[in-house]
Amino acid sequence: MRRRKARSETLTFWLFVGPFVAGMLVFVYVPILWSFTLSFFEAQSTVTPSVFVGLDNYVEMLKSGPFRDSLVTFTVFAAFIVPLTVALSLGMAVLVHRLSFARAFFRSAFFIPTACSYVVASLIWKMSIFNGVRFGLANVVLGLFGVENISWLITADPPWYWVPLVTVRLWLQLGFYMILFLAGLQRIPEELYEASYVDGASPGWQTFRHITLPQLRTTTVAVVLLTLIAAYQAFDEFYNLMPSAVNLARTPLQELYLAALSQQDYGRGSAGAMILTLLIMLATLLQGRVLGFGRKD
Amino acid sequence: MAVQGAKGRATTGAAYAVASVAAVLFLIPFYLLVRNGLATDAEITAPGWRFLPETWRWENVSELFDDPAVPFGRSLLNSMLVAVLHTLGTLLVCSLAGYGLARIPYRHADKVFYAVLGTLMIPSAVTFVPSYVVVSSLGWVSSLRGLIIPGLFSGFTAFLFRQYFLNFPKELEDAARVDGLGYWGTFWRVVMPNSLNFTAAIAVITFIAGWNAFLWPLVIGQDQQSWTVQVALSSFLTSQTIRIHELFIAAAISILPLLVVFLLLQRWLVRGVAETGIKG
Repeated sequence: MRRRKARSETLTFWLFVGPFVAGMLVFVYVPILWSFTLSFFEAQSTVTPSVFVGLDNYVEMLKSGPFRDSLVTFTVFAAFIVPLTVALSLGMAVLVHRLSFARAFFRSAFFIPTACSYVVASLIWKMSIFNGVRFGLANVVLGLFGVENISWLITADPPWYWVPLVTVRLWLQLGFYMILFLAGLQRIPEELYEASYVDGASPGWQTFRHITLPQLRTTTVAVVLLTLIAAYQAFDEFYNLMPSAVNLARTPLQELYLAALSQQDYGRGSAGAMILTLLIMLATLLQGRVLGFGRKD
Repeated sequence: MAVQGAKGRATTGAAYAVASVAAVLFLIPFYLLVRNGLATDAEITAPGWRFLPETWRWENVSELFDDPAVPFGRSLLNSMLVAVLHTLGTLLVCSLAGYGLARIPYRHADKVFYAVLGTLMIPSAVTFVPSYVVVSSLGWVSSLRGLIIPGLFSGFTAFLFRQYFLNFPKELEDAARVDGLGYWGTFWRVVMPNSLNFTAAIAVITFIAGWNAFLWPLVIGQDQQSWTVQVALSSFLTSQTIRIHELFIAAAISILPLLVVFLLLQRWLVRGVAETGIKG
């Protein structure tokens, strides 16, 4: 009797979980194993492993060249985007949290860019705001101060293209992270502030530094991780904003796209995917360690 | 606030000033979409900034849909199908899995759960090459199947559903069992109807992600018939075979469904962001 119940529960378990597990095997685990195998083989224009080449694909990807350049590009990009996103989205959350009148309006205004895709935002940035000719909004505004037209997206020196690349991502993602910080702020008990006033602290920087920031640590760690991982996977705005003919700034994913989809070299594309996956997993673990992700709050 | 004198009022004033400037900056791109989308190309490229077009050219909309060189209507339809089916499929597969993992006793359930957790470590965007290898072997390139099915098995969504169901009030389920319902009946008649808020939050986030996805649709949508709206916009943008006002009105139309979602469902959206943002 008990045995029969256990067996019927096993069947029911697989009725619920089976479809997901089957899909996960076919579309997550099989691709990764397949690609892992391909990364040690020559696989030009074919997805069947043919000639074993050992680590050649990895060496090919990692020796000086576009893929390594793209890793450098990403590092520069992350160095800008991660601290800016954390500081600005936290600032916006504190600001919105402080407002009493029209708070919902401001929250929505900052949040609504999340509805736009990277493609739409890139389109606005490339064709209107950072258009290199005199009708681009940035050039119109700078023109008021007597600044000459800047070709934002094609000038290599100085690298003006970072301005549109960084601002477009900030515009799209700040509202999202602001919501996370707002949720964090709402969880801080009011008594903590009241107790500090009794102890003689004044509202402002002091309480922000000693109460708000420590209380938001979990949220901050999460935001740093999420923005970093998202930056590693940057593709859409680089693909749509930057000229495709010249290589000014390409991200690792763009290089994988070129290797696998344009040149049909699935061996090298797979090796690059493995390298990138490993890097992201390492960064996640390391970051968690450094910032004390595992610790209990 | 304990201290709210003249100084407090001054900082409040400053806060509103900063917030207002920031709000204007954040809304400028939307203004540009409308201004450029309903103007003529000559007005857009004229020297000297014109704040609004002289006349609102609503005929730009029909011009866009009638332009045979631009498969915009088809791409909108594709995106709608992809986003809706992606959302429904994800909810169905992941909620079932989450409930099974949370509630149904099975000897190897923990091993299955670890296999799901393992996928959270691997960012899906990075594995687009491996996934493409598999999907192209299945012959699913340039098809709706290829666009939708590989994305349904989100370990993260299944994980969120499991965490949610672990906290579902057990008394409700026990009552259903007393009434003679099995797991299947309990799930559909009791658990899901009482989980609509959570499900709606996940649904909104999933729909937005599906509508805005770019890399996978770009990889899979290799012929025009299977372009989603993002891929179509991108190809108009990079090839520049389209007039500027058409480009902008197309972009404006492409965000309309999401603006509706935003305005009508913001409550669930905010909850969904808070729910999914922090993996806890």
